[in-house]
Amino acid sequence: MSTRLATGGRLTDRSQQIKFTFNGKWLRGLKGDTLASALLANDQMLVGRSFKYHRPRGIVASGAEEPNALVNLGKGARFEPNQRATTTELFDGLAAASQNHWPSLEYDVGAVNNALSRFLPAGFYYKMFMHPRPLWKHVYEPFIRQSAGLGKAPDAETRDADRYEHFYAFVDLLIVGGGVAGLQAALTAGAAGAKVLLIEQDAHWGGRAPVDGGEIDGVTPEDWVKKALEALEKMGNVRLRTRTMGAGVYDHGYVLGYERLTDHAPDQGGPRHRLWRIRARQIITATGAIERPLSFAGNDIPGVMLASAVRDYVVNYGVSPGDRTVVVTNNDDAYRTALTLKKAGLEVPAIIDARTSGGGALMEEAKALGIRVETGRGIANVRGLKRVISVQICAQAGEGAVLDEIHCDAVAMSGGWSPVVHLWSHCGGKLTWDAQNAFFRPDASRAPTGHDGAPFVAAAGSANGHMHLNTSLQDANTIAKSTLAALGLAPKTEAAPQAAAPDEAPLEPVWLMPQGAARKLRAKAWLDYQNDVKVTDVQLAAQEGFESVEHTKRYTTLGMATDQGKLSNINGLATLSHALGEDIPQVGTTTFRPPYTPISMGAIAGEARGDIFQPIRKTPMHDWHAANGADWEPVGHWRRPYCFQRDGESIEGAVHREVRATRDSLGLLDASTLGKILVKGPDAAKFLDMLYTNMMSSLKPGKCRYGLMCSENGFLTDDGVVARIDDETFLCHTTTGGADRIHAHMEEWLQTEWWDWKVYTANLTEQFAQIAVVGPNARKLLEKLGGMDVSAEALPFMGWADGTLGGFPCRVYRISFSGELSYEIAVPANTGRAFWDRLLADGAEWGATPYGTEALHIMRAEKGFIMIGDETDGTIIPQDLGLDWAISKKKEDYLGKRAQQRSHMTDPARWKLVGLETTDGSVLPDGAYAVAEGHNANGQLNTQGRVTSTYFSPTLGKGIAMGLVLNGPDRMGEVIEFARTDGGRVKAKIVSPVFFDPNGDKQNV
Amino acid sequence: MSEATSVLNKARFDGLVTVEEAGLQGMITLRGDLSSSALAGAVKAATGCALPDRRRIVHGAEGAVGWMSPDELLLLCPYGEAAAKAAALADALSGEHALAVNVSDARAFFRLSGGAVREVIAKLAPVDMAPGVFAVGELRRSRLAQVAGAFWLTDETTAQLVCFRSVAGYVNDLLCTAADPKARVGFF
Repeated sequence: MSTRLATGGRLTDRSQQIKFTFNGKWLRGLKGDTLASALLANDQMLVGRSFKYHRPRGIVASGAEEPNALVNLGKGARFEPNQRATTTELFDGLAAASQNHWPSLEYDVGAVNNALSRFLPAGFYYKMFMHPRPLWKHVYEPFIRQSAGLGKAPDAETRDADRYEHFYAFVDLLIVGGGVAGLQAALTAGAAGAKVLLIEQDAHWGGRAPVDGGEIDGVTPEDWVKKALEALEKMGNVRLRTRTMGAGVYDHGYVLGYERLTDHAPDQGGPRHRLWRIRARQIITATGAIERPLSFAGNDIPGVMLASAVRDYVVNYGVSPGDRTVVVTNNDDAYRTALTLKKAGLEVPAIIDARTSGGGALMEEAKALGIRVETGRGIANVRGLKRVISVQICAQAGEGAVLDEIHCDAVAMSGGWSPVVHLWSHCGGKLTWDAQNAFFRPDASRAPTGHDGAPFVAAAGSANGHMHLNTSLQDANTIAKSTLAALGLAPKTEAAPQAAAPDEAPLEPVWLMPQGAARKLRAKAWLDYQNDVKVTDVQLAAQEGFESVEHTKRYTTLGMATDQGKLSNINGLATLSHALGEDIPQVGTTTFRPPYTPISMGAIAGEARGDIFQPIRKTPMHDWHAANGADWEPVGHWRRPYCFQRDGESIEGAVHREVRATRDSLGLLDASTLGKILVKGPDAAKFLDMLYTNMMSSLKPGKCRYGLMCSENGFLTDDGVVARIDDETFLCHTTTGGADRIHAHMEEWLQTEWWDWKVYTANLTEQFAQIAVVGPNARKLLEKLGGMDVSAEALPFMGWADGTLGGFPCRVYRISFSGELSYEIAVPANTGRAFWDRLLADGAEWGATPYGTEALHIMRAEKGFIMIGDETDGTIIPQDLGLDWAISKKKEDYLGKRAQQRSHMTDPARWKLVGLETTDGSVLPDGAYAVAEGHNANGQLNTQGRVTSTYFSPTLGKGIAMGLVLNGPDRMGEVIEFARTDGGRVKAKIVSPVFFDPNGDKQNV
Repeated sequence: MSEATSVLNKARFDGLVTVEEAGLQGMITLRGDLSSSALAGAVKAATGCALPDRRRIVHGAEGAVGWMSPDELLLLCPYGEAAAKAAALADALSGEHALAVNVSDARAFFRLSGGAVREVIAKLAPVDMAPGVFAVGELRRSRLAQVAGAFWLTDETTAQLVCFRSVAGYVNDLLCTAADPKARVGFF
């Protein structure tokens, strides 16, 4: 059983006990523990169930590579699934629960899959669930959904309790990994004056070296790390961050760093995670290496762990995974684990070394301590279910005949090491197969390259394939110096410190143990613990023709999910290459993609949540609207009142009241969101003649004209009123949503095509609050305010004038989108609210009624005015809408003219705008299609038109609509049928789109 | 006569830095030929400043002038004088192709002060805010999270920042969030 040792634990503080829960049970750990070390200290060997067969699974690793120990962490608004126990720092009150089992971790119904495992081979789901198709939706999918997935999804009703943020950092050199190689690289680069950021994913510096031992510069690695940190902290040009993982490397030296600020202290406050968005001129990946498991039967039973992890738990946390630990290896490094255990007073019944010749100095040291070493041997099988009971020993060269059985409660395995090449590979760095060490290492001659074709990423230390402490340090120094050269900085000539560690005998690649293992053993030899992929699954995939490693990955699920195969990839592809009879480098690796380990969605979103999820644009009168019942409608990023609801009033009731009040007396509209673009210059008139379909150059100063803008393809894209300010200056009003787009459209043409035209534009949309004063009493209100002549003679329809009203400097446009007597008054935005209040107060005698966008829509529809986005959808040309009067015949050219002459655009069969009136007075459904005789080739009803705008008109007391209908304008009075979604039909008569005051008597007063 | 009110009515927040909506600020957009001596003279007359170099802002007795693009300047002046100064600029430049327009009401103006001013901006704008890189007097048009903004340092611990008026509330909330006293980065 696993337990806390009486002494040891360089990262833990025995004076500080911490209480936490696992599956609801209170347990104790120490400050400095990870959740994994604390669970082991409490003999919680079993931590979860595997994905497919629901096999019992224990902690196998001690870091980011852990595939098994994934837990549901936290509660309520802080709940998160799939958190790795090995990288979760323990804190008081931590609540963890194991995953993927029912009803409990100890007794799991799903484990029946294990008994059926021979019927659930690779590609089982693909093979089984394809046919018959109808079963997919009702049987297979519900079954798979229920059984799939590791952790639970957070409760849909909870909201993440934490905040997150981004930070933009720019450095000369980013070093990822704070082990001894990363520290050495930082020392070398920092001394030369480079601006360095060194990030380390763990809470501690030094990586593996303090555990693995040796000497640097005559002191222990731990002491050297301390000295290095002291030196680095004194350098003003070096920044150090722990708990910050290099998540991904992208083009142009862009790197995402993932800083976990409060995961270890949730009550600390402040942002939980910070996403570092780093631009680095050069990047060094000193990301270390990951130990590989060995593939033998029963290698997934709780208690079978990586050899390096076993000694991590002993040295770092004072936790022993077992009293009797058998070490099985193909290399010298695992002997360190045996020595560590022995020195901690624990039993190592045997070291099973697959190499016939055994190891070097470390083996001799183990033998000297009296540890039994068996060379040329392997493990045939591990016995046990939820715990290891014993291992059966065989000849590695054989097929698994049991020679001996050794009782033990833990197995420390090592299949060699693989450099962590993920970040090197993200942006195109290539790998080379190192046959001597049996791993892929970065190929420096094929590094990721930047805009200039020069490398911008270099790997250093064990991430670069240098496994010995000394060569790793020397490599880090060399790489740092070559990186400095790339930065144009002169390195100081200091040599790297010399390190001493035992020389190691070469490893012997072992991809299967024993090498000739029978099927029965292979079928229990796990490659991928997280996804339940065994040696036999990969062999089956090869047999079935999945020769590409990428295909095999997807077929077998090898290397998928949250750990992305950090432990399984190399063993899996070695197995595949053997099955295919090819060399490992020929088979190659799957693609390494960011992030290195999963990062939180919160970190990606950064500050964008709650009130600042998205910018909301507010007019100067926004607060008044909010306080007066505004029912908001999003229009672009603006919020506009749809209507102003009064107590006890329905939305429909409010809208109808607003329409009637405006038509009968006086309405006020906040029109501030409309785009206002100033266009000035000697060529401004010529420019606007090109932008608008109608003539703007003939407009007189002091006058307004309605205009249409089309895209190059002839489609109507925006409309609005243009006011000519003086000979050279125009103010172009655009739609609310069109302001930024049209301004960009103008600048695009001016900058790319007509760069020699003398025209400047300025977007003045937000400079003014604009209020429409609308209705028969509009003029009376303005006259009451006083300050300028707003009579029909002084300010006729489609005129504008500068002046003051009630002491407010303003510009008044006599324009109407409602068919009423109407003035749009622009005042400086900072006086907008005061002016609005004044209009309301002075207009009270006429019942001045603020109205929203829906009343605006109804009134414009009653008048047959089109709306961009309703009558247009990007496929509509002005001619479709009967707007020929606004298309100049005299102009030689305008944007869209040529396109509008193409045959399809002049086709008389294009649907044209008409008014529609239901025969029963009801409101036509929005977007409904007019049906025609017969069916099309797909068996659908033929159509002859569609509804583009439809409302109940309170003015007329009936439904009114506009629509596009085949030959519509020629079919006035004809009744056609529209389809309803419930299958019924509505009859509507084709009429003029102008339903109200066709002669304009109301507006022209 | 009407009283103008700045968009956030001088809202203030104390955190890693003090975030203040700095009240009414006169702003003029001037577009024209920046190599024209008439333009330089008009700018000098309006603000007392010489033309800034690319990406710089120059402060003078009566205001400031910032470089916004190869043919655009931002002039700062007292709020009450902006309309008259814009008109005077237009008059002075009537002989050449130029556009001078009062945009004082179109924008919000913020002041950030405190030791962490570089850090707070670096959380929102993809700009290298390091001392020695982003110097006092440098003007940057960039983005603040999801909206456009421009900013500059007037001294080592003070920044001024402009954004569009309609998003003043959003930018204020962004700045206050970034200035959370518990969110210190300690990078610069």
